[in-house]
Amino acid sequence: MAQTNAIELRHITKRFGQKVIANDDISLDLHKGEILALLGENGSGKTTLMNMLGGIYFPDEGQIFIDGEEVTIRSPKDSFRYGIGMIHQHFKLVDVFTAAENIVLGLEGEKGKLDKSSIRKTVREIAERYGFEIDPDQKVYDMSVSQKQTVEIVKVLYRGANVLILDEPTAVLTPQETDKLFAVMRNMKKDGKAIIIITHKLHEVLDVSDRVAVLRKGKYIGDVETATATQQSLTDMMVGRAVSLNIDRPKAEKCVERLVVNNLTVRDKEGVKKLDNVSFAAMGGEILGIAGVAGSGQKELLEAIAGLQPEEPGSEIRYISPEGNEMSLIGMDPLDIINAGILLSFVPEDRFGAGLVGSMPIVDNIKLRTYRDHKGILADRAKAQALADRIVLDLEVVTPNTNVIPIRRLSGGNVQKVLVGREISSSPTVLMTAYAVRGLDINTSYMIYNLLTEQKMKGAAVIYVGEDLDVLLELCDRIMVLCGGQVSGIVDAATATKEEIGLLMTQFRREDKA
Amino acid sequence: MIRITKRDGISSLLSVAIRVLAVIAALILCLVITFLFTGRDPLRVITEMVGGSFGTTKRMWEFLQRTMILSCIAVGLAPAFKMHFWNIGAEGQMLMGGLGALILMKFCWTIPSLPLLILMALLAIVFGAIWGMIPGFFKAKWNANETLFTLMMNYIAIQIVLYFCTIWEGTVGTVKIGIVNGKAEEAAYHKGWIGELFTGNFNDKDYMWLVLIVLVVVVAMWAYLRYTKQGYEISVVGDSVNTAKYAGIRVNKVYVRSMAISGGVCGFAGFLAVSAVSRTLTESTADGRGFTAIIIAWLAHTNPYLMVIFAALYTFMELAGKQMASAFQLNDYYSKILTGIVLFFVLGCEFFTNYKVRFSKKHKGGAAK
Repeated sequence: MAQTNAIELRHITKRFGQKVIANDDISLDLHKGEILALLGENGSGKTTLMNMLGGIYFPDEGQIFIDGEEVTIRSPKDSFRYGIGMIHQHFKLVDVFTAAENIVLGLEGEKGKLDKSSIRKTVREIAERYGFEIDPDQKVYDMSVSQKQTVEIVKVLYRGANVLILDEPTAVLTPQETDKLFAVMRNMKKDGKAIIIITHKLHEVLDVSDRVAVLRKGKYIGDVETATATQQSLTDMMVGRAVSLNIDRPKAEKCVERLVVNNLTVRDKEGVKKLDNVSFAAMGGEILGIAGVAGSGQKELLEAIAGLQPEEPGSEIRYISPEGNEMSLIGMDPLDIINAGILLSFVPEDRFGAGLVGSMPIVDNIKLRTYRDHKGILADRAKAQALADRIVLDLEVVTPNTNVIPIRRLSGGNVQKVLVGREISSSPTVLMTAYAVRGLDINTSYMIYNLLTEQKMKGAAVIYVGEDLDVLLELCDRIMVLCGGQVSGIVDAATATKEEIGLLMTQFRREDKA
Repeated sequence: MIRITKRDGISSLLSVAIRVLAVIAALILCLVITFLFTGRDPLRVITEMVGGSFGTTKRMWEFLQRTMILSCIAVGLAPAFKMHFWNIGAEGQMLMGGLGALILMKFCWTIPSLPLLILMALLAIVFGAIWGMIPGFFKAKWNANETLFTLMMNYIAIQIVLYFCTIWEGTVGTVKIGIVNGKAEEAAYHKGWIGELFTGNFNDKDYMWLVLIVLVVVVAMWAYLRYTKQGYEISVVGDSVNTAKYAGIRVNKVYVRSMAISGGVCGFAGFLAVSAVSRTLTESTADGRGFTAIIIAWLAHTNPYLMVIFAALYTFMELAGKQMASAFQLNDYYSKILTGIVLFFVLGCEFFTNYKVRFSKKHKGGAAK
């Protein structure tokens, strides 16, 4: 009994398409009654791996053993059957149902019967046993994020889960709520449940887990007992050794303040602070890198500057034009910014959901920037066509044509070339990019780096949100690190080390946040 | 073994061919069914079908008139549908437009004909536009579901129109359908009728103006959607609201403005129905065409020219069914059955434009995925 593990993964490989290997020959054990933290950078394959336990994906190769027996998990239902309960990052609850109704949703009970009082009783028992605070009759739409998460956890316990997988459960929680969650997790552990928690936050790993397993770029790096680990040792495992990329980084002649951000605070729809008192200046003639684990406020920061996020009172965003005119961007929407003559370009993370229109051909996507240039009621066409031809030629975009084939059907690299090409075509004074090389091959990535450097030398203030620390260190002049919506440091890229940034990325300043 | 795969895209030639085949298959099925029910010579059945729309000059004008009104409503839906704003309130927008026209017809008939007609058209457009803008505004402000909202607005419009028409046409307490300015001995006789402007009297050729006016609307809408800034904004909003926002398009404004245009054109269709066709207004002036137009607009993929073709096809089937019903002593529902068959095929063929179906005799190799 003591010898069998709750879960054993053996040589698991998962590919997406021909090129992307999300998980490469991963073997991993989960002991009974332990909390295992799964650590890794974005895109290192943590969620993919867990989704194979949750029945969302099916492994291409490898075996899964549960309690020593080999199993095949083909669907979430199979996964439940083997006692695995997965709590996803995005909750899957029905808003108009109560907690109890959500908990039993989809369960095959006695035919046609819904014994609410017995459900309530069981829910209360579970809550008492592990220390949850839950009201079975509360409707989901009345709940806070943390309460919704509690419902999700009770749901899998109600179904008899012995193994719980929590995918970044603390990303949406306040520190107090996190403490409560950890207390509950320890109670579950005492009860013999095995738990896997995916998180980026090192102090949480050290706080709650017994053992840490690290993934990097789809590969299993190793595991350590938490008791013997430090933030430094975990960072090293997570980011690996620095690799020299040899990105050309010329020094710009004169740097002038272009964008000054002071005390910028942004809340999301639920009122959770996404940016907390962020202050920095972006200079014309430099590339300012922004590092941080996913969801640290990068998106909100760029959107706030672009006029897509309402700022809290007291926030300040000032733009200083190359001619030296100052204006405040607070309260401006994207059209106001265009009309004010500010040449602000933005390459958003979500190419089709924010930067481009997937069903339209290249020319019509270029038009998003140029269609207003024509006087009168007609939309510009000639200028967009000329620009499209130039981008295709200059950036070597591979496409059958520019005016028929929907851009969605081009490869990721070509799509990104069109988007970046469009955004730099207006000779922007501020150029913001979010994960501009995500999913691109090496050559295209370098082309993008060169284009950004070119813009910098022309005097634009380039803001580069990235995830690959090696690239950030070689491409940028300065790097600002965000953690939990706060600036945890601004470093000089020429002298900083990867470890330094890695530590800043996970240095969650708890006392400030509370 | 049948394999169904999603198409990556489809050549326009193939997509047209699939649709034409679907229509032909539907017509053949109509013939077979009619033959089975009535035992008539299939040739005779075809003659009657075609005769329904083209048998006499009068029927031909009737066919054109119906096609054009239906096209006009469908074209009105185009900007909304292109924006992925499901406006199913064309029925109400058309009726409100008709009401706008009727008000002037009833109370301002002393104005000379041309200005009167222009004013009627304008007021109809304004009424329709307001009826369209209300759901647009609520969508923009509170993200209210436009489908339900526009649907409910239909019923409000129907009640309003019923109320005023009963009063103005002097048919309180009767089941008669009145005709505004319809008594030959009145001075107001024929005022506000399009035909009156050109011929001084009503005859079949009146519909010529209807046809011309609607064709202008069709071309104008095509050009608006394709070449103007606003048309471009509509396409962007229809594909991705978020991309539109990033590009500095004020999405809420686009919702309200496009719904004003959508409702306005539907209101204009109401004016045409009142002034050029029925010369009166009842709740049956729209006669469900506001709903039929939804199918037409959807089939045409918001292309105004295709809308005219589908409207013609629909009208042809409707009249063919009516003609056969009377020729073979079947009741009126027969035309609905035939129209239903054609719609079923035309809508059903969408499947084949989106998916490829392959039949393979056996598949090679071990376990298939």
